[in-house]
Amino acid sequence: MKRLTWLGAVLALAGCDGGGDLSAEAAPVLETYANIVHASYEDSLSTAQALDGQLDALVADPTEGSLGDARTAWLAARSPYGQTEVYRFYGGPIEQGDPEREGALNAWPMDESVIDYVFDPVMGTVVSGGIVNDPSVTLDQASLEAANGVGGEENVTTGYHAIEFLLWGQDNPATSGPGERPATDFSEAENADRRGQYLQVTSDILLEDLGELVADWAPGSEDNYRAGFVSGDARDGLRAMLIGMGSLSGAELAGERMNVAFMTMDQEDEHSCFSDNTHNDILENARGIRNVYLGRYARVDGSVVEGASLSDLVAARDPDLDATMRAQLDASLAAAEAIPAPFDEAITGAGRDQVQAAIDALRAQTTTIVEIGALFELELNLEE
Amino acid sequence: MRPCSVFALSLLLGACAPAAEEGEARSGGDTTVFDITRNAYGLSARNLTFDERSTFLVGNSFFNDNWVTAPASTTSRDGLGPVFNARSCSGCHDRDGRGRPPEGDEEMLSMLLRVSIPGEGPHGGPAPVPGYGLQLQPRAIRDVSPEVRTRVAWETVEGAYADGEPYALRRPIIHIEEAAFGPLPDALLVSPRVAPPVYGLGLLEAIPEETLLALADPDDADGDGVSGRVNRVWDAARGEAVLGRFGWKANEPNLSQQNQGAFLGDIGVTSPLFPDPECADGQAACAAAPSGGEPELTPDIVAFVDFYVSTLAVPARRDVEDPSVLRGKALFLAAGCGGCHVPRLETGEHPIEALAHQTIRPFTDLLLHDMGEGLADGRPDFEASGTEWRTPPLWGIGLLPVVNGHTLLLHDGRARGFAEAVLWHGGEAEAARESFRAMSADERADLVRFLESL
Repeated sequence: MKRLTWLGAVLALAGCDGGGDLSAEAAPVLETYANIVHASYEDSLSTAQALDGQLDALVADPTEGSLGDARTAWLAARSPYGQTEVYRFYGGPIEQGDPEREGALNAWPMDESVIDYVFDPVMGTVVSGGIVNDPSVTLDQASLEAANGVGGEENVTTGYHAIEFLLWGQDNPATSGPGERPATDFSEAENADRRGQYLQVTSDILLEDLGELVADWAPGSEDNYRAGFVSGDARDGLRAMLIGMGSLSGAELAGERMNVAFMTMDQEDEHSCFSDNTHNDILENARGIRNVYLGRYARVDGSVVEGASLSDLVAARDPDLDATMRAQLDASLAAAEAIPAPFDEAITGAGRDQVQAAIDALRAQTTTIVEIGALFELELNLEE
Repeated sequence: MRPCSVFALSLLLGACAPAAEEGEARSGGDTTVFDITRNAYGLSARNLTFDERSTFLVGNSFFNDNWVTAPASTTSRDGLGPVFNARSCSGCHDRDGRGRPPEGDEEMLSMLLRVSIPGEGPHGGPAPVPGYGLQLQPRAIRDVSPEVRTRVAWETVEGAYADGEPYALRRPIIHIEEAAFGPLPDALLVSPRVAPPVYGLGLLEAIPEETLLALADPDDADGDGVSGRVNRVWDAARGEAVLGRFGWKANEPNLSQQNQGAFLGDIGVTSPLFPDPECADGQAACAAAPSGGEPELTPDIVAFVDFYVSTLAVPARRDVEDPSVLRGKALFLAAGCGGCHVPRLETGEHPIEALAHQTIRPFTDLLLHDMGEGLADGRPDFEASGTEWRTPPLWGIGLLPVVNGHTLLLHDGRARGFAEAVLWHGGEAEAARESFRAMSADERADLVRFLESL
């Protein structure tokens, strides 16, 4: 089902006739949603282009300064992308492509030793290996994409986290703080040039995938995904929005990304472990859920994209439910903000109460999202 | 087959105006989830508590996410290989559903080859192949050689229904190439197996052993041509032979052993039950590769994954009142299919409360049946002979195209749809298959409609 079209998704979701009133009311809501999706992918692309420029600068002149600038650009690029993860879970463009774009962009965990040298804490030695240190592998887009195919399934060697690994290096569990890769890894270390090339090629793949997502959601096309989405059955569109919100809120964010680390207390069971940026990933995911409901997205340049919202639709039918939803979205965002950084220390130490509170808030709002589905006669089987 | 209620039931159905039974749509009892999306196999039992759902999602994470090469920063998730079939459970059990054979030049992914040599191995199981073990792993981490490359070709087998309508079935021809650790023996026994779906397994575990023993009729005492035997397999934790329940040949005694065995054999991840890496004798690079922990899978992660696999909900049936579906059900039972694909069972006690004392409709007896030469793999597995297979459950099977995008059935995915699957039945199921072959086109369509409603 990887090449699911909008029509295919509509059929799979087996929507019913929405009725005239809802269709008319929901049309501008779907339009706002599409505008927000498009704007946030545009911001993801522009910040990734800025990162790409810093990577070029790092490779041209590898210093601690240029490495620091590249890291800052990576962190900046993660903010808009984190807000786009709520567009997953319903077979939309992010879950299409071969390899599937979500995996190519954001695969986790990283197969670090397939990429570069790693430290073996058991033996106390550095294991020199990976594609970077294997001159028999040509470093270009085709070969990295082929390397992803080793094992025949998901990507493990490209995307944001591959770049993160190459910029920060391993986060050795024995020490606190992010990874400490030295700038000399790009200047005088063995295969320094190949390490730089790897970064640049991975960045190219990232830009290509993000560019496709922008195009899929761009206005003015008659045959892209957006065109089918905004003109399709209103209730199918609402279902997609709610499934994205509820799946990210419950199973993915509260469950997979927070509760797993919380319950296993494994410090590196976090998505941005090299940079220690996981607390921001969580925050931006939570913000993305709120964006979709409120029909409002604050762009990286400070401007705001907004319009008719899901909140308006709910408020017109059940003002109390809308108030509950908005209060819960505010509360989960506040709870995510309250988690002390870094996340890997929060789960084992003083921040456990705050992590638990954020998990509880996200699970609670997932239940409300199911109720909103019921308001539109949509049965959503979500895991809270 | 001892219980003779099938014919009584079909007579009953014939006598009454067709109607679905009370609660018939709820295939998994109170665990049942009403969902017809591509996530239909991946949802938690609906009767779990709030805290249990949280445990379910932790297990889900370790089932779905890739394992990576050791050493890695993500210490809970490293230890892939050195040789493996897949990087994650979900790599084969895609969306908790069913695997398929490769198409064209594809490598096998959600299908694997069990191998052995003639004779008995440890604890009465199959005898390992020197240099390779009991399963071929066509993938490996960097700097380690995969054991083999595998490929599937197909040959056509033609036939016709009694009304003259022809059909063409296909039979796989397995090619094993580039054997890296010495030539494979001439007497190699090969059993190709696709990944079975993993929902509802906790309910199957909760079926009392007495129920299965009562269904068994090893000597066909009732003379209906259908025997049904239990497999007796090695329980590694208890250190004794017990009733086998899971796997295509009922060769695993319980879910935890099934899971830990798959972690080792399929992903190369060691566990408390199987702490030694899957490197057959003579695979030096494999044995020398860094470990992701001893064992790589900690007891608490095993418990999370066991809980997850135990509590995946069975999706509800659709269209149970549809006249065509009801006619198909009556035909299914009248043909004797329900003798092995037992429509209704009761679960007994289970440590997970949600699974206990449920009325379930799995359409299996979990017993071994001789399925004839056409389906035989010729590879004994504990007490299962080379022609015997365990009756696979049919619940949820109608959603296969939605979830997994195919309807490739049977142990090696040779059947392209329900009709072909029925037509491959032989041995004890020959009479049932002949009943199907003798049906009119409309009747066959009704029977397939019934299967699609499961």
